[in-house]
Amino acid sequence: MSVAFVQKKHRNRIKRTFGSHLFDVINVTFLFLFLLITLYPFWYVVIVSLSDGKAVLSSLVKFWPVNLTLDTYKVVLRDSNILSGFKNSIKYTVFGTLVNLTMSTLCAYPLSRPVLPGKRAVMRIIVFTMFFSGGMIPSYLVINQLGMIDTIWAMIIPGAISTYNMIVMRTFFMGIPESLHESAALDGANDLQVLVRIVLPLSKSILATMLLFYAVGHWNAYVNALLYLNRKPMFPLQSILRNMVVDGQFTEAQTQVGSVSSFTVIETTMKYATIVVSTLPILLIYPFVQKYFVKGVMIGSIKG
Amino acid sequence: MIQSVYAPAKAARPGLGSRFVRAVRKYKYLYLMLILPIAYYLIFCYWPMYGLQIAFKKYNIRLGVEGSPWIGLYHFKDYFTDAYFWKVVRNTLLINVYTLIFAFPAPILLALLLNELRNEYYKKIVQSISYVPHFLSTVVICGMIVNFLSNSGPINDLIERFGGERVQFLMIPGYFRTIYVATGIWQNVGWSSIIYFAAIANTDPQLYEAAIIDGAGRFKQAVHVTIPSIIPTITIMLIMQVGSMLSLGYEKIILLYNGSTYETADVISSYVYRKGILGADYSYSSAVGMFSSVLGLIFIYGANWFSRTVSENSLW
Repeated sequence: MSVAFVQKKHRNRIKRTFGSHLFDVINVTFLFLFLLITLYPFWYVVIVSLSDGKAVLSSLVKFWPVNLTLDTYKVVLRDSNILSGFKNSIKYTVFGTLVNLTMSTLCAYPLSRPVLPGKRAVMRIIVFTMFFSGGMIPSYLVINQLGMIDTIWAMIIPGAISTYNMIVMRTFFMGIPESLHESAALDGANDLQVLVRIVLPLSKSILATMLLFYAVGHWNAYVNALLYLNRKPMFPLQSILRNMVVDGQFTEAQTQVGSVSSFTVIETTMKYATIVVSTLPILLIYPFVQKYFVKGVMIGSIKG
Repeated sequence: MIQSVYAPAKAARPGLGSRFVRAVRKYKYLYLMLILPIAYYLIFCYWPMYGLQIAFKKYNIRLGVEGSPWIGLYHFKDYFTDAYFWKVVRNTLLINVYTLIFAFPAPILLALLLNELRNEYYKKIVQSISYVPHFLSTVVICGMIVNFLSNSGPINDLIERFGGERVQFLMIPGYFRTIYVATGIWQNVGWSSIIYFAAIANTDPQLYEAAIIDGAGRFKQAVHVTIPSIIPTITIMLIMQVGSMLSLGYEKIILLYNGSTYETADVISSYVYRKGILGADYSYSSAVGMFSSVLGLIFIYGANWFSRTVSENSLW
């Protein structure tokens, strides 16, 4: 920010040309259009989900909800598939993120210590997996051989460490002054105690960042479920959403509710309401955690 | 081993064995911490690599990966001589080339434009909002695409209002790449701009002062100071992009494609998924997957080598 400030001070000193003014006007307008294009699709999803089905069918919904109603949400939130998907997603996200954080810390901390012999070799073995992998089918066979198909383990153990995130964490740990480690060692603390009592309390911001990255990743994931889960009661919300919203598959119960309500709840409004319900948790936390996300990317970009 | 610890050290450096024992003793907690992560990488990353041998075997579930009989390059020959081979390779490359041409410069442009904004509030608002689409799941994005572009969706309503004919966008092969790349830009342009914006913010202010003294206007400052200062970042991102030329995730593809758009939409990974997971043809699809990961490795090494040779910027 200080850079921008300095620049501005200098720029104000010289007389601004007409071209410079014109550019500002165009730039501000262009970025405003960019904002509209970014936001309007969300807004459209929200207003359709809140509108009367008949109005949606006759394409009346454009900028505001027409005949505002929450009926669609009542139907969606009573749907057994969506509810079970929601519960499963919460379960996978909570346990998955716990495993992620523990494993990433256990991996990043020893590798961040400059003194550890063999560190380079381990690092090479790990970084290589970023550029080469066995691929989809051999991985599937391994998961299958381990008996993880159709269990919660398939949703949390493969991908327990994101190598990229682990390296970001390691970079952060390496920035902690060596003198802290030394003084702790003089006080008789072993490496485990140093990690728990000194390093982790100093790393709250990076832990928060990682927590968010991993949690959003789990919440949004659908590929592991696609590959490793066959039983519908185990499906996370994204799989349910895929069947409904992308493939347009509706169950009998879902298609029949429409006629009961005084407002018409149609497939389209249901799809859009389901999108809102599945995205809301992320949108709700987003404003509070945005700066952590950005910080994570910044740390990652220093030593990418 | 124990003996060597007690033996008087005659050589300047003790033997490898005893150094190892000492290190393990001294750093036992650090090594203990690494056990689980290393086990993870061995089981979930290296075991599948070992399992890649089924690409050269006639895989039989009852015989398992190791017991199945070797069959040499049979599956590779099968794949290379199939007319479909060229189609999926071409589609993968083309989508990546379009991404490189259109999606790669977009965040750089956005970062440059944001940098020129004078109002800090407005800048912050634009940035915060531009990141949001990145956090939507692929399923949600594709759900929106499918419904917006459907026959009765808002885009077709608009087309009809202006006197056009309703178009079945997702059924026409000619539209697929455009839809794929354009929605990719929509989702990621803001998020990808962070890294460039950070690079711009790190530019030495003295460079701007010097440029102003030399009489450079805003445009010249951008061209001669700002852009050169983010060239290293651009290079790194370019290496990554070129290195992944032959790999393209199937998450978004399989949600958007259908039988009538395979012509332009089917890529290597979606083909592997269809053949392998849906068709249970494990050996053949492993061979297809291996082809793209080996080439991917060559690509990223090549791109890195090239960049290191001509520009001093490299990943490693």
